[in-house]
Amino acid sequence: MLSIKDLHAEVEGKNILNGLNLEIRAGEVHAIMGPNGSGKSTLGHVLSGRPGYEITQGSVEFLSKDLLTLDTEERAHLGLFLAFQYPVEIPGVSNMEFLKASVDAVRESQGAATYDTVSFMRRAREACAAVDLDQAFLKRGVNEGFSGGEKKRNEIMQMMLLEPRLCILDETDSGLDIDALRVVASGVNGMRSEPRSFLLVTHYQRLLDYIEPDFVHVLADGRIIKSGEKSLALELEEKGYSWLDESEVA
Amino acid sequence: MADLLAPQLSAETPAPDWLEARRLAGKAAWESSHLPTRKTEDWKYTSLFALKQPFTAATESSESAQEIGLDLPQLSGSRLVFVNGFWREDLSELVPDAAIELLRFAEADEEQARLISEHLGSIVPNSKHPFSTLNDAVLSEGVFLRILADSKAAFPVQLVWHNSEQTDAAINSQRLLVLAEQRSEATVVEHFSGQGHSFTNGLSELILEAGAKLDHSRLHLESADALHIGGLHAGLNRDATLNSFHVAFGGKLKRVDVVINHRGRGAHCQLDGMYLLCGQEHMDYHTCIEHAEPQCTTDETFRGIIGDKARGVFNGRIHIHPDAQKTRAELSNKNLLTSSTAQVNTKPELEIYADDVQCAHGATVAQLDESMLHYLRTRGIPSDEALILLSYGFINALVEKQRLEPLRDYLKPRLAEYFGSAISAEPDYAAS
Repeated sequence: MLSIKDLHAEVEGKNILNGLNLEIRAGEVHAIMGPNGSGKSTLGHVLSGRPGYEITQGSVEFLSKDLLTLDTEERAHLGLFLAFQYPVEIPGVSNMEFLKASVDAVRESQGAATYDTVSFMRRAREACAAVDLDQAFLKRGVNEGFSGGEKKRNEIMQMMLLEPRLCILDETDSGLDIDALRVVASGVNGMRSEPRSFLLVTHYQRLLDYIEPDFVHVLADGRIIKSGEKSLALELEEKGYSWLDESEVA
Repeated sequence: MADLLAPQLSAETPAPDWLEARRLAGKAAWESSHLPTRKTEDWKYTSLFALKQPFTAATESSESAQEIGLDLPQLSGSRLVFVNGFWREDLSELVPDAAIELLRFAEADEEQARLISEHLGSIVPNSKHPFSTLNDAVLSEGVFLRILADSKAAFPVQLVWHNSEQTDAAINSQRLLVLAEQRSEATVVEHFSGQGHSFTNGLSELILEAGAKLDHSRLHLESADALHIGGLHAGLNRDATLNSFHVAFGGKLKRVDVVINHRGRGAHCQLDGMYLLCGQEHMDYHTCIEHAEPQCTTDETFRGIIGDKARGVFNGRIHIHPDAQKTRAELSNKNLLTSSTAQVNTKPELEIYADDVQCAHGATVAQLDESMLHYLRTRGIPSDEALILLSYGFINALVEKQRLEPLRDYLKPRLAEYFGSAISAEPDYAAS
């Protein structure tokens, strides 16, 4: 589904990704862990097409398409979803208006019929309840004045409504209390299915207690230095990232 | 300059005798005044050239609301409707409310006439606002709203001044005096709308006595060819609170002076405004907040979107007098230009003569936020549609601040219409 080969990327002239390779097949859940500054968030930004991130080398194929030539919205139409580490506040645009515009745009691009207002509102309310957000959040400005946890729940709600093929969660667990973490995890677990894949980007092993990954990768200096099964996460938790610095990199 | 006075004097609107002295004084002042030119600092970006055409007296219309395109917010409560300056009883509605007295000047009893005479013009410095003397000179069908002390109006009051399509450019003047007595509370909406190319001189005065709370909106929804030069003057006494919300869509030449006088300790004013211009429209908001007393606060936010070849002007003056210690005043004006030929001239003016004050101001020509744009695009919303959605949000954020729900519901589809079909603004979103 996603094939990243020898990816190099820079931000403001500084190399952040240095030859990253990653293969994700349909139905798999991958976790990428790494210390601060290892390039974890950059990967999500690059895959989403964020301005200011320049690809200097390598390729990314997503569902047999050259992802890097597509506009950000085209990537979303194809089924790529990025849950932001810091979701953006948009005062004046209600969550409901935003969700409808988003789901309409994605469905239209896929040749599917758009939902009428009433049935969309029903779906939105259901998604809202599934992430344990009060319905009032649908009427408020997008993320406006939401707490950190509410913003993350809102991201998961969008993910549910958009039904993407590949969900990238960029440090969705950071700053979450245990209740919010459970809600996020059950949202993700409820969406796990044969055609859908996940890439969890995280600093801590904690999230993986709730969402069980098929593969764990360790990112350092912009490339993956170790891959393994879920036990790798536990080992990392126990020994810390410095363990790998010594054993693998040096 | 064409004669702006004679056609109005010839109009046959009822004019109570007790206003005669004021009319004569206004006439004398108008005739001896010099109209501003582009060399006058306050009028640097607004030319009065469009007034150089012959105007005729406005004529009474008996057409139906539908025929004249009258489209109002669905407010409960009393509504006075004037078409071409003439009161239309059939379109008006009076809902009994023990907290208020709502009447035309012509209907005033002795006590009401005394109150009107006492307060009318009391906070309008004619020397600075020559068009207010013109308004005085033809004073006839004014509206007086009195909110009685220690009472709260049960319903919002709506004043509608609408112009119908007339063959020649007609001229008329409107006047409103609101007296919110001590510790009273009320909501009032001024609505200017119409078809065609009439010239309107709408002057409103709000007097808030100690502890009074007034929620006020002034909507300029006139046609793209309309001319309007108007003023809103408010006086806030001790601990009074005024929320004043201004909306302007287009107009060939529109200039509104908003002057708020903090005249008593602890008064608070929230002043919001938005203007949405396109075509060759011209809108000029000049605001001036006079902080004469200590411990008063002002929160002022104006936002504009200017497209095509339109021009927006915003001048926000905050004047903090030497005695006005512990003042807190914030002013923000942001503008979005959506075409390379659109223009805006924005200027904040802070004059501070007290030392213990908190003031912040900013005036910008804003770019839409890149991170917001990217966020929307990651959700599949194409960039052109995302730009529209963000522009809508930029303005709608001010609408959302307003307390009067039917007013928000009324404005949102109009915003959506302005921003194009990309925005879904079905009212059931808001009502769900």
